[in-house]
Amino acid sequence: MVENRPLLSILAHIVLLLGVAIVALPVWITFVGSSHEAERMLQTPIPMLPGDQFFVNLRQTLWGSGLEGSQTAPVWMMLMNSMIMALMIAIGKIAISLLSAFAIVYFKFPFRMGFFWMIFITLMLPVEVRILPTFEVIADLGMLNSYWGLTVPLIASATATFMFRQVFLTIPDEMLESARIDGAGPMRFFWDIVIPLSRTNIAALFVILFIYGWNQYLWPLLITTETDMMTIVVSIKQMLEAAEQTPQWNIIMMTSLLAMVPPIFVVIAMQKLFVQGLTETDK
Amino acid sequence: MAGITLDSLTKSYGPTQVLHHVSAEIEDGEFVVIVGPSGCGKSTLLRMIAGLETITSGDVSIGEKVVNTLEPADRDIAMVFQNYALYPHMTVRQNMAYGLKIRKMPKPEIDQKVQEAAEILEIAQYLDRKPRQLSGGQRQRVAMGRAIVRDPQVFLFDEPLSNLDAKLRVQMRLEIRKLQKRLGVTSIFVTHDQVEAMTLGDRLMVLNGGYVEQFGTPIELYERPASVFVAGFIGSPAMNFFPAEAGGQSVTLANGAILPTNQTARGAVTCGFRPEHLVVDPEGPIAMEVEMLEHLGGVTLLHGPLQGTDQQMVVSLDGISDVQMGDKLHFSLPANLVHLFDAQSDKRIG
Repeated sequence: MVENRPLLSILAHIVLLLGVAIVALPVWITFVGSSHEAERMLQTPIPMLPGDQFFVNLRQTLWGSGLEGSQTAPVWMMLMNSMIMALMIAIGKIAISLLSAFAIVYFKFPFRMGFFWMIFITLMLPVEVRILPTFEVIADLGMLNSYWGLTVPLIASATATFMFRQVFLTIPDEMLESARIDGAGPMRFFWDIVIPLSRTNIAALFVILFIYGWNQYLWPLLITTETDMMTIVVSIKQMLEAAEQTPQWNIIMMTSLLAMVPPIFVVIAMQKLFVQGLTETDK
Repeated sequence: MAGITLDSLTKSYGPTQVLHHVSAEIEDGEFVVIVGPSGCGKSTLLRMIAGLETITSGDVSIGEKVVNTLEPADRDIAMVFQNYALYPHMTVRQNMAYGLKIRKMPKPEIDQKVQEAAEILEIAQYLDRKPRQLSGGQRQRVAMGRAIVRDPQVFLFDEPLSNLDAKLRVQMRLEIRKLQKRLGVTSIFVTHDQVEAMTLGDRLMVLNGGYVEQFGTPIELYERPASVFVAGFIGSPAMNFFPAEAGGQSVTLANGAILPTNQTARGAVTCGFRPEHLVVDPEGPIAMEVEMLEHLGGVTLLHGPLQGTDQQMVVSLDGISDVQMGDKLHFSLPANLVHLFDAQSDKRIG
């Protein structure tokens, strides 16, 4: 729109700046909080400018015992746990969904649509709904306090299967026929044609699923009782209630800051593919 | 190299039969065009030969071997699709080499074959581009290149020219024809365009509603169409048809005009003659009032009703005619260019 109404554009900018402030302010406060001494954070007014303790706090949080007086594992270990969990969930979901969508779209077998709807209906059963029976199964399998226990129940995914089904349906039939004439078997077709053609969608889904895995709270809280299996998102909450003492905001803020870094890194690294994957329709 | 034999092929989808006992002998090195209106089953027939559709009954043989149950890859065929079906994420070179790579051909040999095919088709400078960086005509060539490198016994073309613009289509048509003659590979080409069919094919198979109406050379189809359908489908503008009464060596139209004929018949018939065979003759039996004129440069088309009836007819005169709208003209034509068809079965008489 080409309009010259200064008042309107000033108003628009104010609204936009307000929006940015609302999103950015908590992040800024987290950063400021992580750069002061513990005592400073308990005085009013809370500081709005960064202090000089950032690297001290960083070292203590990452490599030290974290919170003083508690038995939590060092934060680097929790970061690693979270990272392994998020990666296993994202990669596992993508691998299983690709294969199941491939089977549903390209093979004719009895009850094919039946299976599709069975998978589809599980969309209505997120982890929270089936949490008790799932816990029972995982406990019986002896997978408590293990990476498998953390990830396996979250891997089976109707959303991703459904999405890949839609992606595969947009690949023209001639592509399959052409590959058949070229002599490619089903798995060859899968690797050489289907996977490269859904590359951008895989990337987009990876970003979404990585963040989904990273942000898991309820399930890891249930399944992990040992501190060295704890994930970072769970631990931030635990730190607030630790040992009946006043919260050590500098350490908690630093942990929060560290918890934000990997998802940001994944989003930035995958941004181009992510946008392509969500917008590209041309095959 | 090998011929193809179709033996009483049928295809049904549930209760709907789309092909009815199609039989044909296609000779080694022959270029056969399957032509018909959309929905006549021509693509289905081609895909059955390719192995992409199952065969309900009957046999397809390539060479001496019945291939009904063989996978497409094992039939030693290559196919060019309407939308080219190039793999978008591979370069032109990879696209052409893919089938050979799967066959585990040694790399130097693949490179050599791709290079040769690329030179034949004049796409050597595009080998490292992706399909989306090419124009429609270039993609078409790549699709052909992919077929050529395989050295197949049979080429199958599924309307490969219909996505190109008119000028390019004419050019590619000639190139396909030349290429096929040069390589001498048995080819089957599906199209709905009768001009394409006439120029490309050694022989044409005209399909209508799943039945073979006629299978013959373009000249046979033009000179001795086996049915009203073929007569109307081949040739442009289409043949004029009138209900008529045959009486031995002549035929009488509804308005009483009497035409000579070489076909001996009696009773109700359908009489047909081509617009381009009519010649202006003041003494001629066929009279028409010109209602509309089309000047195409090379020919002039006259439209109007046959005198005394409301049945429309078309006349095609050579060059730019000075006929005016509203003129009444008389035409005649020789006996051998009058076609008679049975009024019930629509089949040619005699």
